[in-house]
Amino acid sequence: MSLTNESKARIEAAANQTRIDVVRMVNAATCGHPGGPLGMADFMATLFMEHLRLDTGNLHDPKRDRFILSNGHTCAGLYSILSQKGIIPRDMLMSFRKLGSPLQGHPHRNPELGIDMSTGSLGNGLSVGAGMALAARLNDWDTHIYVASSDGESQEGQIWEAATSAAHYSLANLTVMVDFNNVQIDGEMRKVMNVRDLRTKYEAFGWHAVDVDGHDVSAVDQALCEAKTVEDRPSALICHTLIGKGVSFMEGQPGWHGVAPKDDEAALALAELGAA
Amino acid sequence: MEAPPAKKIATREAYGEALLALGKECPDVVVLDADLSGSTKTKAFSKAHPDRFFNIGVAEANMMGTAAGLAAMGKTVFASSFAMFAAGKAWEQIRQSICVPRLNVKICATHAGLTVGEDGKSHQMLEDVTLMRVLPHMTVIVPADAVEAAAAVKALVEFDGPAYVRLSRAATPVVMPDDYKFEVGKGIVLRDGADIALIACGVEVPAALEAADLLATQGIGARVIGMATIKPIDEALITAAARDCGAILTAEEHQIRGGLGSAVAEVVTQHCPVPMDLVGMDDTFGESGTADELLARYGLDAAGVATRAKKLVQRKGA
Repeated sequence: MSLTNESKARIEAAANQTRIDVVRMVNAATCGHPGGPLGMADFMATLFMEHLRLDTGNLHDPKRDRFILSNGHTCAGLYSILSQKGIIPRDMLMSFRKLGSPLQGHPHRNPELGIDMSTGSLGNGLSVGAGMALAARLNDWDTHIYVASSDGESQEGQIWEAATSAAHYSLANLTVMVDFNNVQIDGEMRKVMNVRDLRTKYEAFGWHAVDVDGHDVSAVDQALCEAKTVEDRPSALICHTLIGKGVSFMEGQPGWHGVAPKDDEAALALAELGAA
Repeated sequence: MEAPPAKKIATREAYGEALLALGKECPDVVVLDADLSGSTKTKAFSKAHPDRFFNIGVAEANMMGTAAGLAAMGKTVFASSFAMFAAGKAWEQIRQSICVPRLNVKICATHAGLTVGEDGKSHQMLEDVTLMRVLPHMTVIVPADAVEAAAAVKALVEFDGPAYVRLSRAATPVVMPDDYKFEVGKGIVLRDGADIALIACGVEVPAALEAADLLATQGIGARVIGMATIKPIDEALITAAARDCGAILTAEEHQIRGGLGSAVAEVVTQHCPVPMDLVGMDDTFGESGTADELLARYGLDAAGVATRAKKLVQRKGA
């Protein structure tokens, strides 16, 4: 079943709002990571608007789906999408990275705000997702665990320990979405430390794995639908993206991994994104 | 008349039995191991409750992350490996995924300390108490014997939060009274005396009791305190010991930097400064040998503890 025009428009609007929020939040914080969440905005919006069973109505339902942002530095995007779902108050967003804010520089577990796990140290989230998936299966719950990861994070050995055990235990209720943008802090991922073809790697580890254009929300939607039909193994969506997507001067630029836009740059970016 | 030699049981054996019993009582208990279930003694649980046991293979970092995920979904998780690999290899995962979000994971690490014996320094974890003690939210327990190990495991199920339990490979003397009521955060006075207080944990508790016998023959009265909970430590008991005895000797099968001795010194220096000395590993790794040979070689046997205690009493009087 393909996305209706209405759903597609809703996802695209959410992705654009994410980009606007991210630029504003990182600019206001004067530090943070804008490039990643801009690149992830489309597949994150597809997941949160169309698939992840997490909203104000089921927030406290232990059986609801879970989401772990294993590449935790991209959390401005997560906070934005949770605020668009009414779980994080909109007026809390601008406290991002400020003293006393629940919206920490890297996610701190806070089930009241829909933040399901503390992350920030790369490599740790997929193992946690596997543990959650095991627990859901033990309880006979129809809970799906989604983990966001990245190509750079795939350099961590623990990712492959987790990939091994998730396949060993046939965790069909676990899906990882890998933001593959060929950028990491020190430059181009393929030059720093090439992780090569992650689809074939995940396949070799026993996963259902597909390459998908991370900006094509219909394709991401279809891949997420397919992942839920796989019954005997976990799924990996290798989402190919452009860092900084949506802001012309950030697109494809490793320099925007972890630098905040200054006021004039933010104004330019917001104009490009059509922010009111 | 000499007392009959104490019965010897390894604390890991007591852990395995306690876990098996908990499995029947608590349906939310889930156990993880990293390919050492025969040695850590989680195997009995795995056979009785195969649906709630997951062997994660030789991948301790992944085991701790998996434990965190299970706990985040409401499970009470016990994760076991050798202390070297649990606390050493997976420290960062314990910090980030278990302690930061304060999840209900009980890390029960066996084969800690010198008494691993012949396997040598690669397997003799002598730094784990330090590594675990510095983590916010972490409770650290080093049981003295099988009775205390079983009691500690049961007590840990009652509270929600991360904990580290340090267990031994070697069979060691049972010294706790049969009616012993373990309480997290409380030490126990096992023998009274007024000249010096010996505060010990783990296998050093029986060593300290034996040392107290040796000291008594020389006219020195030693109070012996079993301090199983290294964190949160029993400040009241330490302060009282300092006040009553005027000198404190700590004994642990661990590096003296950062372990029980340091924890006691933190209390003593702040609340009741008295002369102190720390028996333990002094900035060195271990080596191969039998457990008893190694304890003697590094001054951790009763004779070694008694010698250091006598010197400290002399220093106190000087």
